[in-house]
Amino acid sequence: MPDEARSSQEDAVVIPIGTGGRPGRGTGSARPSSAARNLSAARKPAPTPAPKRPRKKPSKPAEPSPAARARVDESTTETSGPAAAPTSTGAPTAGIPVGDWLAALQGAAEEIFGDDWERRAAELMAFARRRLEGDYEVDDYGFDRELTERFFMAALRPIAEKWFRLEVRGLENIPAEGGALVVSNHSGTIPLDGLMTMLAVHDHAHRFLRPLGADLVFQMPVVSSLARKGGATLACVEDAERLLSGGELVGVWPEGFKGIGKPFSERYKLQRFGRGGFVSAALRTGVPIIPLSVVGAEEIYPLVGNMPSLARLLGVPYIPITPFFPWLGPLGMVPLPSKWILEFGEPIRTDAYDAGEAEDPMLIFNVTDQVRETIQHTLFDLLRDRGGVFS
Amino acid sequence: MGRVVLVTGISRDIGRRFARAAAGDPSIDRVIGVDVVPPRGDIGDVSFVRADIRNPVIAKVIAKEDVDTVVHMSVIATPGSAGGRGTMKELNVIGSMQLLAACQKSTTVDRLVVKSTTTVYGSSPRDPAMFTEDMGPKRLPSSGYAKDVYEIEGYVRGFARRRPDVDVTMIRAANVIGPHVSSPLSNYFRLPVIPRVLGFDPRLQFLHEDDLMRVLTHAATRAVPGTFNVAGDGLLTLAQAVRRLGTPTVAMPRFAVGRLGATMRQARLSDFSPEQLGFLTYGRGVDTTRMRTQLGFEPSYTTAEAFADFCRSVRADAHAPERVREGVVRA
Repeated sequence: MPDEARSSQEDAVVIPIGTGGRPGRGTGSARPSSAARNLSAARKPAPTPAPKRPRKKPSKPAEPSPAARARVDESTTETSGPAAAPTSTGAPTAGIPVGDWLAALQGAAEEIFGDDWERRAAELMAFARRRLEGDYEVDDYGFDRELTERFFMAALRPIAEKWFRLEVRGLENIPAEGGALVVSNHSGTIPLDGLMTMLAVHDHAHRFLRPLGADLVFQMPVVSSLARKGGATLACVEDAERLLSGGELVGVWPEGFKGIGKPFSERYKLQRFGRGGFVSAALRTGVPIIPLSVVGAEEIYPLVGNMPSLARLLGVPYIPITPFFPWLGPLGMVPLPSKWILEFGEPIRTDAYDAGEAEDPMLIFNVTDQVRETIQHTLFDLLRDRGGVFS
Repeated sequence: MGRVVLVTGISRDIGRRFARAAAGDPSIDRVIGVDVVPPRGDIGDVSFVRADIRNPVIAKVIAKEDVDTVVHMSVIATPGSAGGRGTMKELNVIGSMQLLAACQKSTTVDRLVVKSTTTVYGSSPRDPAMFTEDMGPKRLPSSGYAKDVYEIEGYVRGFARRRPDVDVTMIRAANVIGPHVSSPLSNYFRLPVIPRVLGFDPRLQFLHEDDLMRVLTHAATRAVPGTFNVAGDGLLTLAQAVRRLGTPTVAMPRFAVGRLGATMRQARLSDFSPEQLGFLTYGRGVDTTRMRTQLGFEPSYTTAEAFADFCRSVRADAHAPERVREGVVRA
């Protein structure tokens, strides 16, 4: 027993590599010198096993807590002190010892990936390899599930949680499986509300929302390929019905550019709901319509003006002027940190109607109005609930 | 009594290979190949008749040989091989019209198989994710191959109306790819550096060359009238495809890719057509439900497998000089 204790203490002395070619204590012979033993005996034994592990066995992180890491650093720097002293005559400065580098790398890996950092790092490498070799799958619409989960969602999550402090209500209204149509209000100058809804549905309902986008989205470089990879497809009857009958959760924003590009003075006033194409798609496939009300997106870029002639020149619906854009340049593109509330309403069932009734324009208008009214009223209720814009 | 099959466009590799494959089919008695120039390769049991489908001689051939099945596959995709856009259009459209006229007059023909292409759907940002056979292009093609095919399909539909007793099968094949295929798209993938349109990642669908042979034989030996999309299962994006191929790419704006394509066409380096630029920007997907349910055909390669087979041939070509050198050293 005392032998073991002693050997662990002997091992604990960390001699950094880079002692200028001269063998330091503990490197030449199996038995360290008496001076080394004295040094290690003088140290308190508790933290000493920690520093040996990163060097000898990087496969097992000793202790993940930052306190332990701090102690590791402390002890390595302390031991490097006396070790460096005798070699200073040979090589004046040998830089940071390799052991420290390794410990720092391991610390960083633990910081990023957590406890099972080794498995996570291996997964990340495999992911990178698959991406580079093109060895991944996309579905018929170009949806890249792996990239969406690992990259898009991870990038949006901090914005949603820390910046907009997203609050999600009525999650029980999202069916666990089968097709459903989420219909939402649209606002915010750029469609951040769509992205946030996708994230909320993914994180809380554990399903992928397949957004339907305007054709402008698929005309624009970069945006078009990102949209397809993120699961979006063109807002047309064919795609909507194909997705819904395939059992997917589909998201539509029927206000379109009228909603997203409306002036700040008209905030939270729903615009016309298109021609009700989304209702006929839902009727024909018999899936429920889930009204979604989003509060908070209106305030992220308060649209106070427009540049219609420049917009027409560039072929886009509007070019926004906000109190900060374009005056502050890129800084003006930072959204204001408004408080967001998403409420999924009670599903409106459509399976009671038969397929022939999807051709009935009066029924389509009625259902469209019902959805619109539900969202509008929920918006007013949520605004009352929210209190301040940035609260 | 087997069938007598007339194959047009036999001088091109894919037509010749189909004719040979059809001659080996037990339910087919004789295969007659027709073209203006004799085929370069071995045609086996296929009897070649030198005739131009652009003039009425073709009707005599059909009558004399008692042809009961006509397989039309002489629609060419690029003006380069024909010697100009004018000749290409004449070959494609006038040739098809003459052939259809001959079929209409014939008393023996009871089956017509036309090899069409999914290019007729065009490529635009307004396209649905998957085209079914009932959909048309969002914007009518204004020039080139797509317009020719669109017009030919119109004439074929007219023929089917006038002769309801003839089974007309139209095969809209996705981009055919394979080790032996030389098409604008396969030449594009064989470029040493592949130009891509910046910011777009089109979805591509491929049909393996063997599957094209099989589906044409399938249609020629069975009465399955109608129009069918034929493509391998699944999709590849262009980024995936070039990464699997391992070729370096250079991304540039759309107009620059178009400019480069035009320059290369002028320099006779490659046949990079405007509709191909659209395809490589917006991509296309077709729905193949009807291929399974009505045509009863199952492709043996998925899109990814067909492309993998193509990749192997490209890599083998790339290593060809090394292999020659090795052979010389060994000798």
